[in-house]
Parts: sequence; structure tokens; C-alpha cells
Amino acid sequence: MNPKMVAVRAGIRRGVIEIRQTLTNGADLSNYLFFPVIILIVMFFLRGVSVPGSNFSLSSATMPSVLGMQIAFGGLIGIAIALITEREDGTLLRAKAVPNGMLGYLIGKILLFSGMSLVSLAIILLPSALLFDGLQLGIPGAWLTLAWVLALGLVATMPMGAICGSLFSNPSYLGLVMIPFMGLAAISGIFYPITSFPGWLQWIAQIFPIYWLGLGMRSALLPGSLVSVEIGDSWRHLETLGVLGLWAVIGLVLAPMVLRRMARRESGSSVAERRERAMQRVH
Amino acid sequence: MSELGGLSRGVEDVGEGVVINVRDLRMRYGSVDVLRGVEFVARRGEVLALLGPNGAGKTTTIEILEGFRMRSAGEVGVLGIDPARGDEAWRARVGVVLQSWRDHGRWRVRELLDNLGRYYSPYSTPERKRPYDADELVEMVGLEEHAGKKISKLSGGQRRRLDVAIGIVGRPEVLFLDEPTAGFDPHARREFHDLVHRLSDLEDTTILLTTHDLDEAEKLADRILILAGGSIIADGSADALSRRMATNAEVKWTRDGQRFVHAPADATHFVRELFGQYGDAISDLEVRRASLEDAYMTLVQQFESGQRGSAAREFEEVAG
Repeated sequence: MNPKMVAVRAGIRRGVIEIRQTLTNGADLSNYLFFPVIILIVMFFLRGVSVPGSNFSLSSATMPSVLGMQIAFGGLIGIAIALITEREDGTLLRAKAVPNGMLGYLIGKILLFSGMSLVSLAIILLPSALLFDGLQLGIPGAWLTLAWVLALGLVATMPMGAICGSLFSNPSYLGLVMIPFMGLAAISGIFYPITSFPGWLQWIAQIFPIYWLGLGMRSALLPGSLVSVEIGDSWRHLETLGVLGLWAVIGLVLAPMVLRRMARRESGSSVAERRERAMQRVH
Repeated sequence: MSELGGLSRGVEDVGEGVVINVRDLRMRYGSVDVLRGVEFVARRGEVLALLGPNGAGKTTTIEILEGFRMRSAGEVGVLGIDPARGDEAWRARVGVVLQSWRDHGRWRVRELLDNLGRYYSPYSTPERKRPYDADELVEMVGLEEHAGKKISKLSGGQRRRLDVAIGIVGRPEVLFLDEPTAGFDPHARREFHDLVHRLSDLEDTTILLTTHDLDEAEKLADRILILAGGSIIADGSADALSRRMATNAEVKWTRDGQRFVHAPADATHFVRELFGQYGDAISDLEVRRASLEDAYMTLVQQFESGQRGSAAREFEEVAG
């Protein structure tokens, strides 16, 4: 069989094994559960509050946006953290020492983080369906929209995560990614309708995938009447497709170049050097 | 560079059976020359030990050969291919045992060997079936009892055995090992030596390893390379190296209940004289030739004092 295909298959196996490892690891699970549980609790107490100007539950209106944010977060931060830590502990160098190992490694990571995005989605969506009213879960069209927004969202964010993970060699620089991410989440209409922000802030938010992921999820799960708080009173599917698609194209063009450059620099002594620095940080 | 003369250079007769060929390899970091013209050759099935003081450039050399580091100048061939341009098919024929890391801590021993082995299957040939079966490999490195264990739960020595197993999972034609036995107890060390012999004798694997353990180098290697100051200052069998330093063999004997020790220039001649003079009065005779360790220390010291000498001369030239 073609060596690249063999590597893809080995990578898929790697991804499945790592999903199983994550799902049986207490620390990982609590990481995945922490934020969804907090948000579910907060929303549970707010379930009586209505969206201003309607009788639709504020909790139900917020949950789809949270889903969008979670997908962006998982795609971007998850893969960035994995690349930084696994570069430091030598996993990437192992992959490099194996024929087509980097290909298999990346396939494995893509599968792991896509799989875990689905898991996070379920962690948020299932309790939401039980606790809150008004989510359009019974309509096949809703699931179709949810599926393409999810898929496109992952393709738009994961290459960017890989780029961030390749550019930073030190885990403590991750704050440089996290802080702007949190800032973007605040202005992207996740918790407040974006139309309540000044125009220039709206424009900044609309550059990044997180707003469009939130919008896409709202379009899938909320009734049509709630479109009135969105920009242009529209779910703007075409624009969502365009912006997320553009991010995906940029990421898919840049990521292989950045990853190759990063992989080229890996050697036993570069791992040893980082390890040395890591030890100094601990002491 | 070889003050010792008569070293096996062999670069000219490159061809049949040459697996590693290094000629005038140079590496410069900024303004520091780490390697200044390293030259050696390894033939199929040969085991080479690369010795040298810390910072001599052992790891740099091995990383260039592994294709993990770019060189500044010189010619390098591994299996007839320049490692800087080695493709995946070349990669499949090369085994690398890195220094120990903390990677794949959540994986289980057999599971990881099985997964990494898969990548090699398209490169299997009738003469060289790739990869090794994971169970067979686990047994080869003596990890049977730990096959199902999480890697993070392995001891330092077990972890190192796993590193070796990962290095050979693709049944490589050439194997690079960077300090493979760090953290091994004597038993594990013996088993590792058996494994190296098996690989070189039965599988015809060419092996280049770095070590700080001279005893190990002597046991394992067909040839020992001593790297100091960025070039190979000695290249030969442990025996040849020790003999070359034969100046100070040590002779011990007992006469009239008294113990004597002497370090003559020519031990054989000295002992003949001894018996000629005292005959049966001599007992408990011991003649110990300089060990590889003695030879190594002498060589490196000679080299370093030579360097200091030349550095001093350069300084004087500049000052004068």
C-alpha cells in the first residue's frame, strides 16, 4: 500500500487511542467538564430570565453561542497546547524519526481534537436540551446547519492552532493566545448581542471565526424570531461560509509551511535544551 | 589531524559495504567551530563507538547523520544518501535511539510499538521484513512483563529499553544510539550488549553509538572513534588503541615474600630479564597492558595539552 495512506491509517489509529486515553483520564475530563458545568449552572439559575423584548429564555438563547465559542476554543487552544507540550517532551521528534511520522502525528491530532469537540458539544447540548426550552433540536435542518458550521469551524481554527503551537516554544507564552481569545469572546456576541456594541468593535469581532461560529450555532438552534438581535437582521449563512472559509484557506496554506519549518528545527539537542529551560522554570 | 598515524581512513576506497561515510564534516555555531573536519567510514554490520569529552561534538555529529541537523560543510553519506536530503524511504532504513524523553507517557508499551511499527510496513522487503512484530520486540528488549504498562510508569532503565525498541522497530540497516545505556543496571546492560551483538551479527545492522562507558565501548565496538576538539583523534579497535599506548604496561611480581610493581617501557623484555636474573624466585606474576581507559585518558590529555600548546603559540605570535 502507498506509504502515505499507511501513515494516514496509523494516524487515525493514533487519534482513536488518544481519544480513549483522554476519556479515561480524570484530569482531562475535569478540564473538559469544568467550563460547560459552570456555564450550565449559571444558565440554570438564569432560566427564568427572558431575552429583552421577547419571552424567549435567555439561557436557551446563550447556549448555542457558548457551543460556538467552545468549538473555536477547542480547535485553536487545544491543538496549540498539544504542539507546544509535545514538542517539549519529544513526541514530535519521535514522529520525525519515523517514515511519514509527522503526517500520521497530525492526522492523529486532528482526529483527537475533532473528536473531543464533538464530546464537548454533547456535554453542553445534552443537558441544555433537558434543562432549557426553545432549542430547535427536533428539526433536521438544524442538525444539518450545526454539522456544517462545526466542520467548517474546525477546519478554520485547527490550522491556526497548529500555527500558534509552532510559533511559541514555551508553554507560558500561551497566555499570549489566551488573553486575546478571551477578549474576542467578550466582544463576539456570545453573552451579549453584538448589536449592542459600538460599530468599530463589531467590525473587529467580525474578522475572527469565533463570532461566526457563535452566529452559525445560533442560526442552527434558535427560532427564526431571534434573528432580530443580529447584525442586518439575518443569520448571514453566506457570509459565515465566506469568513470561516477564508480562515480555513489561510490556515491550510500557512500551517504546512510553519509546521515544516518547526519540524525541521527539531533535534535531540533542541529538545534537551527546552527541557533544561523547563527544569529551571520549575526550580 | 591524526598524530597517531596509520589510522583507518578508508574514504578513498568508498564503495562496497560502506554504510556511513563522513568526509571533512564541519559545523560552526556563530563563530565557534564545533566540528573541524570529522572523517570516518563505517561498513555494513560494523559497530562503532564514538567517545569523547563532553562538548566534543558527539551529539552534533550523530544528529547530522540522523538528518536532524544541518551541517556547515563537508560530505556525509548514510546508506549512500545525504541525510540532509534523506526522503521517507531513507528514513525507513535508519533507526534512531534518542536520549530519553518523557514522551507518550499515557501510551502502553506494546500499543506504542505496534503503532510506530505500522509506518514501516510499506518499506518491507523480502530480505528485510518490516516492522518487527510488537510482541517479538517487547521480548527482545526484555519488557515482556511490562508490555501492557503505561509508559509513564516505567523505571528509568525500562524506559531506556523501550527507547531502544522504538529505534529498531523498523528493522533498520543503520542504527544510531545516543548514550543508550544511561540508567541501566548491570543486568540490563548485559542484555543490551547481547541485543547489539544480535543486531550486528544476525541482522547485519551497522551501529554507531555514543557512550561515556569505556568498558562498554570495549565490549561492544569493532572500532572506537575518539572525538576531541572537533575532529577524530583516534580510530581503531580497542585493542589497537590500547597497544598504541603500550608504553606503560604494569608488571607486578612477588620475590622473597615481597611485592614489586614496575611500569617498564617494554614489558616483554622486562619480564624476560626478570626471570633471567631471579628464575624460580619470582611468583604471582601479573602483566597488565594499558586499558582502553588509560589509552583514552592519555590520548585526550595529549590532545588537549597539544591544543593548549598551539593556542599559547598562537597567542605568542599575535602578541609578538
